[in-house]
Amino acid sequence: MDDLAQFKQTFFAECEELLGDLEGHLMALQSGEGDNGTLNAVFRAIHSIKGGAGAFGFDRLVAFAHIFETVLDLMRDGRLEPTPDSVLIVLHCADILSDLVKAAQTGAELPPDHESEGRKSLIEMAASIGVDADPRAADAALAALDAQLAGGSLDEEPAAPAAAAEPEAEPEPEAAPAAPAKAPLLKYLVKFEPRDALYQRANEPLILIRELRELGGFIARADADAVPAIDQIQPEGAYIKWEFDIETDRGESAIRDVFEFVLDDCLLEITCLNPPAAAAAAAPKAEAPKAEAPKAEAPKPAAAAAPAKAEAPKAEAAPKAGAAKAETGGAAGGGAAAGGDAKQVRSIRVDLDRVDKLVNMVGELVITHAMIAQQTEHLHADQHPELANGLAELSHHIRDLQESVMAMRAQPVKSVFARLPRLVRELAMMTNKKIRLDMSGENTEIDKTVIEQLGDPLTHMIRNSCDHGIESPEDRTAAGKSPEGVIHVSADQRGGRIVIEITDDGRGINRDKVMKKAIEKKLVAPDAVLSNEEIDNLIFLPGFSTADTVSNISGRGVGMDVVRQNIQSLGGRVHIQSRPGQGSSFILTLPLTLAVLDGMVLKVGVQSYILPLANIVESLRPEPDQINIVANQGELLRIRGEYVPLVYLHRIFKVPMGIDDPTKALVIIVELEDGGKMGLVVDEIVGQQQVVIKSLEENFDPIRGVGAATILGNGRVSLILDVAGIKHIAEHEPRGARPRLAAPAA
Amino acid sequence: MASEAEQTAHSSRTVQLVSFTVGNEEYGVDIMAVREIRAWSETTPLPNTPEVVRGVINMRGAIVPIFDLRARFGMPRTEPTKYNVVIIVSISARIVGILVDAVSDIITINEDEIRPMPSMEQVSGLGFMEGLITVGERMVGLIGLERMFSDRMLEAADSTGKPMLAGPSDAGGAAA
Repeated sequence: MDDLAQFKQTFFAECEELLGDLEGHLMALQSGEGDNGTLNAVFRAIHSIKGGAGAFGFDRLVAFAHIFETVLDLMRDGRLEPTPDSVLIVLHCADILSDLVKAAQTGAELPPDHESEGRKSLIEMAASIGVDADPRAADAALAALDAQLAGGSLDEEPAAPAAAAEPEAEPEPEAAPAAPAKAPLLKYLVKFEPRDALYQRANEPLILIRELRELGGFIARADADAVPAIDQIQPEGAYIKWEFDIETDRGESAIRDVFEFVLDDCLLEITCLNPPAAAAAAAPKAEAPKAEAPKAEAPKPAAAAAPAKAEAPKAEAAPKAGAAKAETGGAAGGGAAAGGDAKQVRSIRVDLDRVDKLVNMVGELVITHAMIAQQTEHLHADQHPELANGLAELSHHIRDLQESVMAMRAQPVKSVFARLPRLVRELAMMTNKKIRLDMSGENTEIDKTVIEQLGDPLTHMIRNSCDHGIESPEDRTAAGKSPEGVIHVSADQRGGRIVIEITDDGRGINRDKVMKKAIEKKLVAPDAVLSNEEIDNLIFLPGFSTADTVSNISGRGVGMDVVRQNIQSLGGRVHIQSRPGQGSSFILTLPLTLAVLDGMVLKVGVQSYILPLANIVESLRPEPDQINIVANQGELLRIRGEYVPLVYLHRIFKVPMGIDDPTKALVIIVELEDGGKMGLVVDEIVGQQQVVIKSLEENFDPIRGVGAATILGNGRVSLILDVAGIKHIAEHEPRGARPRLAAPAA
Repeated sequence: MASEAEQTAHSSRTVQLVSFTVGNEEYGVDIMAVREIRAWSETTPLPNTPEVVRGVINMRGAIVPIFDLRARFGMPRTEPTKYNVVIIVSISARIVGILVDAVSDIITINEDEIRPMPSMEQVSGLGFMEGLITVGERMVGLIGLERMFSDRMLEAADSTGKPMLAGPSDAGGAAA
């Protein structure tokens, strides 16, 4: 049972990948960039999902995928034109398929008619060229209904209702006489010898054999000579070989397709016993350039063998699909395409735990290296040149090793971005807006954990852009913009960080409204004077929402502060830039990895702490006249005309022996997530160091002001500061954090 | 499961305890929870945590918090010397260390020798004591680690009085 659960898990993981790819391909189709390869890829994705779903008995998923793939096959063959309308239907059906996959995964119950509309559209599409895509066609009543539906809603000639009574659809009336355009029947000898792995991957030869039988005249011989005595049988061992004689008109690739999922786990030999000289050579490569003459040239061997029928393409296509099940007919092309698509990335699936273990080991190595370096610091390099060289080299190797290990955890952001087109499509539909989504930098790689947690915040931000940013087409036209709004999502690596930007060309932030709302909600003082940027970033405050009516898209007032929290917990930052009338950009910066951080080692009293380099703006020792006292308690540092509040780390953390006089200490200006600044007063800066991030929460609980811990070269634990937490303490424990006004600082 | 329950009912199971001293008192914890025993080493203090939290140490790459048992009992913090001992125990999925004065013995007893804690008027908040054992003339208090660390300790660990096991919203420290 556990094995089965594991297989299922793998299946769903693959589904997710396939659906992700699918989304990308469909987008390409929609924008007109797709070619036959794209259609092939789409078909293969659906086919793979169907195959897996069949193995696990997800019947509903299989049924829908089957119809879907039939229609895609028709498109791929060039028999169905991928018009904008039909691509839209395909997109919609891909969404439905994704729903079905999710339902199968979670065991959730979808309403019984969830896919019926999409199903109907697909059947109509197939019926428009006289193909019955409905696997239930044998059920006469239903099929007749479908056929009528098909005939009624399309301006093609109605398919004869009578046809529905038979298992296969008849071609259109006037084409009927030309129907029997059969490919030559070829005899094949198929030798099939499964290896152990085939069974271990839960494949079942019986299913394959049944599928083979559908191809045509069929004789199977099993060779059980290798079956050992019963006490020596391995349950998952492969002992039986088969030979099949098959007579089919669908070519070798159709046979090969049956074995598509087990090709690597068996010996497969297909020999044609009566090869037709010309047709056989032409068959596998007969890919029709559909752009030029989509329907006039059919890509099937049938077309090559019967060129006389070219002037009646529908007539020829239809009976073929009628004689064979549309599914297997299509699979023939799939095989050929799969063969051509050989440049695959070689990869193995590795348990994430193993990679993480490796990451940890490298972390330990970094610490050990720091320790050795510290121990040998006092030795003169010229007296121990080998040691110095060796250490320098070790340092290089460790860095390389670390980068390589991190690269193993890195994944392209594509997997998150892939969900966005669907989201935007749905939101555009729900809000009656026209929105185009542009994406760039999908191949930028980030740590897997970051990727996994990026989905929600990204979704929130896109929702926000669609709901609040982009205006309705009317408003846009009135504002002199194109009715179609554009959201651009980009990912880019800058230095040690990943920057993701979500830019819309909408109305921008209405600062007056935001300010009014913030005052209303008591988030800012009524008399507060804020810069434009500060006002814009008010939307990240908890409980802030400007939507006049609460929609189910956004506007519950949770979105943006959750976004900020999520991003912060990943060690990242988010802020917004807005130009009224021209649009807004969410700018997200994320660390490349969660395991290592560049930090500054600080000394405060008897303690040392690590401050992430990313937070630091500058450090200085202020002059007495730069320090200003406000209302007898708060201290402000004036720097280049800006006032920055001072926060004493030793007071915040109650560390004894900290320096109390900022002019004798050091002020580190740090940047906060909301764009604000804070002057952190510390004793001194010890130096910059790369540190390995260790979770405190593994064995303890979160501590405000402390993001994580690390281990320094001396083996001691050092805490990594969290500036947002420090600010929080400073604001909420004023007695501890601010100086009791005894004597003027100056 | 059934057989185990039966066994417990007959209560002829033996348990082994690691016993240690805090001041003049002797306590014990289930030996199965003990990962290792090490000499006291300087900890890195955690800011704004109560007395009982001594800080964290590096135990072969893992960050392990150390709790002062003496402080936990309401006495002043231990003034640790190199003779003080830290018992590293695993509780649920966490690894923590408890600072005690010295490890004294390994005691093997039958389960039915464990006496329940009498209800004591003058002592409250001793919910973590699982029972008492008599070894020779000595009384050994059996400490239920799960109980000790699941509620009071963590609750007490935040100086603001809020439970430390707060959700991520609190940990994010988002400024209001």
